[in-house]
Amino acid sequence: MPVISFDAVTKVYPLPAGDVVALAGIDLAIEKGEFVLIMGPSGSGKSTLLNIMGSLDVPTSGEVTIAGKRISGMDDDELTLLRRDHIGFVFQQFNLIPLLSVVENVEYPLILKGRQNRSRERAEEVLAAVGIAETHFTHKPGELSGGQQQRVAIARALVNDPDFLLCDEPTGNLDTKTGTAIMDLLDRMNREEGKTVAMVTHDPRMTEYADRTIRLVDGRVVE
Amino acid sequence: MTFFDLARRNVNRHWLRSVLAILGIVIGVVAIATLGVMGNSIGLMFNDMVTDVGDTLIVSPASDSGTTKLTERQVDDIARAIGSNRIIPYASTVDKITVGDKESGAMIYAMPAEDLPSLLEVESGAYPKGTGAGCLIGSELAANSKENGLKLGARVRIGDETLRVVGVLKERGMGFDINPDYAVIVPYTWYSSHYDEDEYDQAIVKVKDVNDIDSVKESIEQKMNRREDVVNVMDTRTILESIFAAADSITVFLMGIGAVSLIVAGVSILNVMLMSVTERIKEIGVLRSIGTRRSEVMRMFIYEALILGVVGAAIGGVLSFGTGYVITAVIVENADYLFNPGSLLYIVFGMAFGVFTSVASGLYPAWKAAQLNPIQALRHE
Repeated sequence: MPVISFDAVTKVYPLPAGDVVALAGIDLAIEKGEFVLIMGPSGSGKSTLLNIMGSLDVPTSGEVTIAGKRISGMDDDELTLLRRDHIGFVFQQFNLIPLLSVVENVEYPLILKGRQNRSRERAEEVLAAVGIAETHFTHKPGELSGGQQQRVAIARALVNDPDFLLCDEPTGNLDTKTGTAIMDLLDRMNREEGKTVAMVTHDPRMTEYADRTIRLVDGRVVE
Repeated sequence: MTFFDLARRNVNRHWLRSVLAILGIVIGVVAIATLGVMGNSIGLMFNDMVTDVGDTLIVSPASDSGTTKLTERQVDDIARAIGSNRIIPYASTVDKITVGDKESGAMIYAMPAEDLPSLLEVESGAYPKGTGAGCLIGSELAANSKENGLKLGARVRIGDETLRVVGVLKERGMGFDINPDYAVIVPYTWYSSHYDEDEYDQAIVKVKDVNDIDSVKESIEQKMNRREDVVNVMDTRTILESIFAAADSITVFLMGIGAVSLIVAGVSILNVMLMSVTERIKEIGVLRSIGTRRSEVMRMFIYEALILGVVGAAIGGVLSFGTGYVITAVIVENADYLFNPGSLLYIVFGMAFGVFTSVASGLYPAWKAAQLNPIQALRHE
């Protein structure tokens, strides 16, 4: 069974000037263990697709199944729990919580789940796996470099052992060398840990990491 | 790490802003508690000044009866109307008294010698006999006249007669009937022959069972005022009730003023929290997107308001003791009133109201934060 499946999914934003069709009948399936890129020009519907994959948004019509759960009819709490328990988000701007230390940022999703005991150990374990030195664990995110912050963000996404990672231009704010290191990390997580990765990007060089690429134009999948 | 920790850290992050918001709560709590304590102390002061417990009726000539005196016969009539309850008629005047070679003026009360023990308590000495020339002096008169030699056993000249002080009264406080603390009290027989007078100013009726007060009052009025108003019967309980109601109104009014300052503090918390929500829209978006529920976001912000409120209320509560002490010591001149359970309750009430105001002010910002759309919040810069 695919981790993510879209069946005739449309998304329409009603605006005073007329409806905007962001997605116009998308069918797709991402299988467990796949590394899939989502590419397309601006306004092609990438962000909308990503938001629906991340259960941050729901389709206007069609059926979306995430981790075996149909999201139509879910209320806000159910969608939130779906994100918490099945999806790991990696953002372009890292989006770490400035109030929390590095290790607390990673621990946070475990605490949301109510796993208070051993949560610190688990967070430290995942941080070590993404290559963060122990001396940085108690630092605040702002004290780390961009590449290190993105590693922490990946650790946070992985800590709950999600069904897939949803990455939104994860190297967009990094220099080439650091970006490559982050891609190598995601690649390693995909190959060695079998993590499913869905990634939105503009960068054509990323295709070398991916099993396949979904291209969007005007809200449709073109290949 | 918990939501409470997050809230605490956010309060610390903008410590100056938090301190100012807390200051508002502190001022509000101190205002409510202090003004409450003050109102309560005024009530207590009334209570201490007034000795009557509400078991007393005061019968005086009706204002339109053409006389200011009660006759012996009227007193007998009243005595018959009140059954087994006790009637104490008295007369009073102001006269010059001389002790040794010192002259001064004093209030003089006269009542039947056998009634004295039921109305007045002797601190030292004894009650005068009906036939002799003994008198009692009030506690304050005794205290103020030590250098004059006016004390137990001293001789007091009133007019051309000399009385011996046979007893000094206990302090009685202010009453609706008589105020003997600054007075000389003589037996009525002496008074009657000295001033050549056989009428009374008023009569005090002591009712044995406070519950009977209305029926006793009624039977006096029925007996005496059948054709026209001859006497006026005053019920001390009603007066007391209206005095205490007035004291309560003062307390409510004062606390209302305090509440206004606390509401202002609440508005400042609302403002601080709304600022905090606006600044953290992106952060809220991140928290929501990685799986934080609306209720959890809301809890985080309410904890912030709670921290501001509890810290403010705690500081305010401690300071209220200081200001309460000053207020009771300076205005009502008795700092003991601060430690009256009623006064302490106002401090607790002020603190509780402070916490409540903070949390209530935090509700809207917290709700607003929880309602943010995670997609839009994430995009917020």
